[in-house]
Amino acid sequence: MELWGVSLDQPATYWQIWEWVSVSIPNLLWILAMVGLFVGALLIPFPKGKDES
Amino acid sequence: MSAPTTDRPAAGTEFEPTTWTGSIRKRWLNTLPPEKMLPENQPSYVASWIYVFGMLTIVALLIVLVSGSILTVGGVQWFHTSSLGHFVNSLHYWSVQLFFMFMLVHLAGKFWMAAWRGGRALTWMTGVAAFLSSVGVAFTGYTITTNFNSQWIAFEAKDVMNAAGVGAVFNVADFGQMVLLHVMLLPVVLGVIVVAHVLLVRKHGVVPPLQAIDNEITGGVASS
Amino acid sequence: MSRTATDLDSRPWAGPNRHYDIVKEGAIALVVVSILVAGLSFIFSSPDDAALTFKGWAADAPDTLYIATVSELAGSSESAGYGPPYNSNSDGLTIGPLALQKWGGISHPYDSAQDLVINPLTAMPESADVTTALKQWTGASADQQTAWAGDYEAALTDEAGANGDPTAVPEGDYGPVPVLAQALVDASASGAYDSVLLAGGQFFAMDNTKQLLFMGDGGYMEDQAVADHLGGDMWGMMNEAGSWPGQVWLAPASLWYQLPAFNEEGTTLGDNADAIIAGILVVLVLILLFVPFIPGLRSIPRWIPIHRLVWRDWYREHGRQA
Repeated sequence: MELWGVSLDQPATYWQIWEWVSVSIPNLLWILAMVGLFVGALLIPFPKGKDES
Repeated sequence: MSAPTTDRPAAGTEFEPTTWTGSIRKRWLNTLPPEKMLPENQPSYVASWIYVFGMLTIVALLIVLVSGSILTVGGVQWFHTSSLGHFVNSLHYWSVQLFFMFMLVHLAGKFWMAAWRGGRALTWMTGVAAFLSSVGVAFTGYTITTNFNSQWIAFEAKDVMNAAGVGAVFNVADFGQMVLLHVMLLPVVLGVIVVAHVLLVRKHGVVPPLQAIDNEITGGVASS
Repeated sequence: MSRTATDLDSRPWAGPNRHYDIVKEGAIALVVVSILVAGLSFIFSSPDDAALTFKGWAADAPDTLYIATVSELAGSSESAGYGPPYNSNSDGLTIGPLALQKWGGISHPYDSAQDLVINPLTAMPESADVTTALKQWTGASADQQTAWAGDYEAALTDEAGANGDPTAVPEGDYGPVPVLAQALVDASASGAYDSVLLAGGQFFAMDNTKQLLFMGDGGYMEDQAVADHLGGDMWGMMNEAGSWPGQVWLAPASLWYQLPAFNEEGTTLGDNADAIIAGILVVLVLILLFVPFIPGLRSIPRWIPIHRLVWRDWYREHGRQA
């Protein structure tokens, strides 16, 4: 019932990594986004501020 | 001895409390004076994007609370039949997703910075407590969506609750109990923990870098 | 080797500061996150799979509802033999000598035959043969009830015989059981059963325990959950219906339910999985809580110096300890 966009109301694809580990693609994307935010936060330079004496 | 005519002590004098109220004021102002609560600066080493994730987590929580409040006004089953209600439900769902994502990045950052150093153990522990109570709030939220998720999640969760011996108190199939926990009691618990967590950060300041050299620049003695 | 906390960590910062507006940071964050949340909501919406009802069960799979009803009368269903807090038909799960499940007592009394079949059918207007069947059941001894229902269930589910088909059950002494089971399926099909089970004769009804327990017996709800990849042994705890992200933060809890050792029936670990895993999770939580005090664990940030990225500007300007 989205206003416009992608309908997620359909079964997800699951990736079987090995015998008892499987992850849904949406969850995998979530994990990648989280890791990406963490790595990005560490690597992307933070703007230099005004130092006080 | 006559009572002072004004509450504010004369300039240059120390405030000596004579009441419980005054004692609390003195302790508060000693621990968290206004310049510590609302500073216009931060230590120079606070210069990384990792530091914004605490704020992002709180901001996401704010959106969770606002969207949840609108859902409260609409009622628990509003979103099944109203497209505006469903949109607000989506706001609530996605803000929860971002809340947890930002919180986990924040937790990872704080771990790798060993942010519990220097007497900040309680800051770490309140953070963990906030994470745990968030899980509790989110879980009870799922039991009141009044759709298939509620049924299945409650059915599975009851086994863990019962096995742990708390199923007698927390009945995940008791809708009235779950909605009150989710909307009132658990958010209050979470709110108290978050406030305590933030005040502790203000009180102790942001932890200095690991392996920083303590010399005249940092206010220590010159290294020999 | 031990390290003492440096005085630098604990004393108020006396070194250089930089001008910073924390409230402005918050305001910008609020705008950014609000736009992000609104955008995600516009584009992807949120899940809302309709709740299952007994009316739906009777329409989709009347045979399994029939068999489930018989098992409730026979007291052989999963809910009937659950144990505390619902009844004492089982001792419940244990962690070694600790029988935590029993500690709360029977706080929510539940009798599958009475609560799910007899009481609701009695509360509804019914045909003469159902009234007779109810009288026959309630007038019989508990042993007689068990004999009727048990025999009927065995005959009904006999794979070499009726194999789940009520019309193919051989003649036998089953008492009122077939009539009662059919009456419940019929009441479900009309929608009456959902209402009666929920309300239980009251005006205000909030407690859905009975219907949840019944809905979980017989496989109807579980089949739907497994189809949605929400089963416990398929990382279901962290999944969501459809293609929405689920509860990724529950992965450390869901993990344990995937281990083969916890899924083997008949073993101590397998039979008490929920209790033991709850215990494991308590231990993990305590470890996470007390990281600052756990030697080794609290030193990991020193051994794996990711922090050098965080404070690289500071180290470049002011040096770093060896």
